[in-house]
Order: sequence, then C-alpha cells, then structure tokens
Amino acid sequence: MRNLNAPFTEKTVRELKLGEVISVSGPVVTARDEAHIRTLQLLDAGKPIPAILRGAVLYHCGPIMKKSAEGVWTVIAAGPTTSARMNKLEPRMIRECGIRAVIGKGGMSAEVAAVMKECGCVYLAATGGAAVSLAEGLAQVTGVDWEDLGMAEAVWHFQANNLGPLVVAMDTEGNSLYEQVRERLNRA
Amino acid sequence: MADVVKLPEPTEKVVVNLLRLANTKLPTDVGWALEAAAGWETSDTAAAQLGAIMENVRKADLLARPMCQDTGIPIFWVRGKFDSSIVKDIAVGVEEATKTIPMRPNTVDPLTRQNYGNNLGEGMPIVHFLPTDDDFTEITVLLKGAGSENMTKFAMLNPAEGREGVIKFVTDTVLDAGGRPCPPGIIGIGLGGTADECVAMAKQALLEPLDEENPDPVLRQMEEDLFVKLNSSGLGPMGLGGATTVLGVKIRRAACHTASLPVAVNTGCWATRRASARITATGIKYAQGVRL
Repeated sequence: MRNLNAPFTEKTVRELKLGEVISVSGPVVTARDEAHIRTLQLLDAGKPIPAILRGAVLYHCGPIMKKSAEGVWTVIAAGPTTSARMNKLEPRMIRECGIRAVIGKGGMSAEVAAVMKECGCVYLAATGGAAVSLAEGLAQVTGVDWEDLGMAEAVWHFQANNLGPLVVAMDTEGNSLYEQVRERLNRA
Repeated sequence: MADVVKLPEPTEKVVVNLLRLANTKLPTDVGWALEAAAGWETSDTAAAQLGAIMENVRKADLLARPMCQDTGIPIFWVRGKFDSSIVKDIAVGVEEATKTIPMRPNTVDPLTRQNYGNNLGEGMPIVHFLPTDDDFTEITVLLKGAGSENMTKFAMLNPAEGREGVIKFVTDTVLDAGGRPCPPGIIGIGLGGTADECVAMAKQALLEPLDEENPDPVLRQMEEDLFVKLNSSGLGPMGLGGATTVLGVKIRRAACHTASLPVAVNTGCWATRRASARITATGIKYAQGVRL
C-alpha cells in the first residue's frame, strides 16, 4: 500500500489510478454538512474561512473525541460518514477551496465527479464503520474550528499517519468505481 | 457471545452495560456471517473491505472502544414486568453512557440542528413496551446509525402487486441505496400491519439472531430468495463490488387491511449493534440477539 503525504499537488492526484489502494499522512481536516454550509456562507459573505481548508484533504467524518482534564483532545473513533449528503455542496468546496482529495464512504454524484475532473481532486473510499482502525491513522489532533456545531459537525484538524486503507474510488478522469458497479448490477 | 450472567444491579447501570456491550462487541452471529462472507469473496476490493471491517471489530473489542463513530440513536424494547419508572432509568443510563463509553452526542433539534449534547432531548429515549406475565424484565437496545437509517423506505403497494411486488420493492431499495448504508448488513422487512406498525416491524426484525430460522416457512422462503438475489447483484461490501451485499434478511409480518399491502425496509449496517439484558430477582443475563 502506497503512502502519500498531504497536502497534495494537482499532479499527485491526477496520477492516481481508479481502484488503487493508498494511505495518507499529513494534514487531514474533517467537514460534514454543517461545516460545508458555513464555509459556503462565509465565502458568499466575502469573509475568511479556516485557512486549513485551502487545498485540504477533506474527511467526511464526525469523530468521537474525548477531552482530558488538561484540555487535550484525543480521537476515540473516526470512520467516514455518507458522502452523498454533501453532493450539492462539494462542487463549490472543490472549486473555491481547492480541495485535492475527499475521503468518505458511498461515493458522490456525477456532478461532483465532473468538478473533480475539472479541478484535479480525487475521492478516496474509507471502509465505513472501521472507526477504531481509522482513528489510529489520525493519532494526532492539531486543532478544532467551529466547536459550536457539536462534536460530529465541528472541523477537526488531524496530522494523519498512514490513514487507510483508502480506495481511489473516483479519479480525475471522471471515472467512479461506484458508477461502474451500479452499471453492472444484476437486478434479475 | 455466550450469555453472561451477573448479579442484580440498578436498572440505569444495566442500561450503561448494555450500551457498552452493543458499542464495543459485534454480536457473534453478525461476526460469523462476516467471516463466512470473507471466505467466499473472490474480488480483492471486497475481501479488503471485509478484512478492514473484521480487523476493526477486533480492535474495538480489545480497546473497549465503540466500533463505529456513529454510535447512533439507541432504540429500546422493554419486555416482561415493568412500570413507568423504567423510562427515567433508561434516560439516566443513556446520558451516563454518553459520557463514560463515550458515545458521540447525536441528537439535535430537527430544525435548528442544535445538539442536545447527551443523546436525549424531546421524545427521547425511544422505548417500545411489550408487557407480559413473565417473571423478568428484559431490556433490549439497538444502536441505529444514520447511514443505514437514512435509507429506510416504506410503501403502500397495491394488493395486486403481491409477493413479486414486495421482492421488487426490497431489491430496488437495497440496490438504490448502494454503498451508503455500509453493506453488507441485515435487511429488516415489515410486511403488513398499518404504516406505523410496518416500519416498527422492519426495525424489530433486526434484533433477531442471523442463525435462528424464521419459524414461518413462507417468510423463511422469501428471506432465502431475497438473500440469494441481493447477493447475486454484485453491489458488494461498501458498494465497491463483490459477492456480499447482505449478511441476512429478516421479515416480520402482521395482518393488514384488505385494500393495503404495506412493506417497509429498515437496513442494519454491517455493525448491527444490539444487546439484551434479562433481569430477574437472582441475576442478569446478557445476550446480543433476541426474537421479540
């Protein structure tokens, strides 16, 4: 399994092959429905967004976090959430924040695939529910934004260390493993 | 898991124990089904997904951590002898378990999206009551994450659509959901009743152990037919392709109106997390699957 260091260049993601299994090290940031909505509202208002979102590896994840008596956060469990909920929000995130990779589960729409192709961004499938294993890959918590959104919806900053396995499930050519499986489904 | 017997404890403690058990230990019937699936998968991607799932299950057990970060909404069934105070005890247990296990605070106001912070809030906890003349109080919990719950479907079919219509509705529901409900899981089906009862039956079906046969031969045949059909679809673990789309199919049935054919599908993800405690005067017996 190849390990890639974030942040990614456009060249790095454009070289990734559909179906390839990789792991990721370096900065990874979580964002779900509410963080997407707030980011887009701030962009609309011309206000600053958390700098860590620019060019980020975005993880669709609402982790379980625990704060020690000294105020230090640790991650307990951190598997992917269903990415399709962000289908309508992700194109602008990719275009305006320069997101280079989205980690999630279940895949995203054809509209998102087209924007990924245009801008140079990949979709990496994490195993749904493999939350303890994936938390190990996110061992270091480096910060948090928007705690007011609640534990699941806040933007958590991690320094990943071999986060994976992640399957390249949507590439920069507009291909999607999910779409290929769907086209071949036997409904008989 | 073999049944575990413990001395009596206060009900709220039993609820915390149940939530810890359900969160950290996958029921053995579900684990066996996953291992069997890993044995017959031929696709590398599918085998890798199942391998990652089983490794995660082992780590969660070893570290006593929730196997999935979506600790869900806990749904309770209380059977046997009890009084209304049990709802308060369950609520106290949920709040305590949220802090100590810990579970992710998941409940929010549906409109403002403000998080309650304790997995309680208006209408919570959800408790179903099944009073009997037995000499025990049995509390069962199912942890229902949103990935699978969001894929729930209900339909009032025309009676003329019959068995074939039911099979088609279930198949379309599972395949259209794709990888979103974290397959391979358990497909709970409610057949008949009224709209509300039908959906409740679909969820209750998820509590039944996979290694226990449906006592009704007609329903058993439908379950088998759907199991084969869904696993022949090619959807596979996480919707990435493969031979394992479901670990089991469970149907519950009730009589319905002569003009109706209600059918509901409630999916359990691969992490169908359940636990029961049967409390008697002499001890508490824990299990991780029950036919109510």
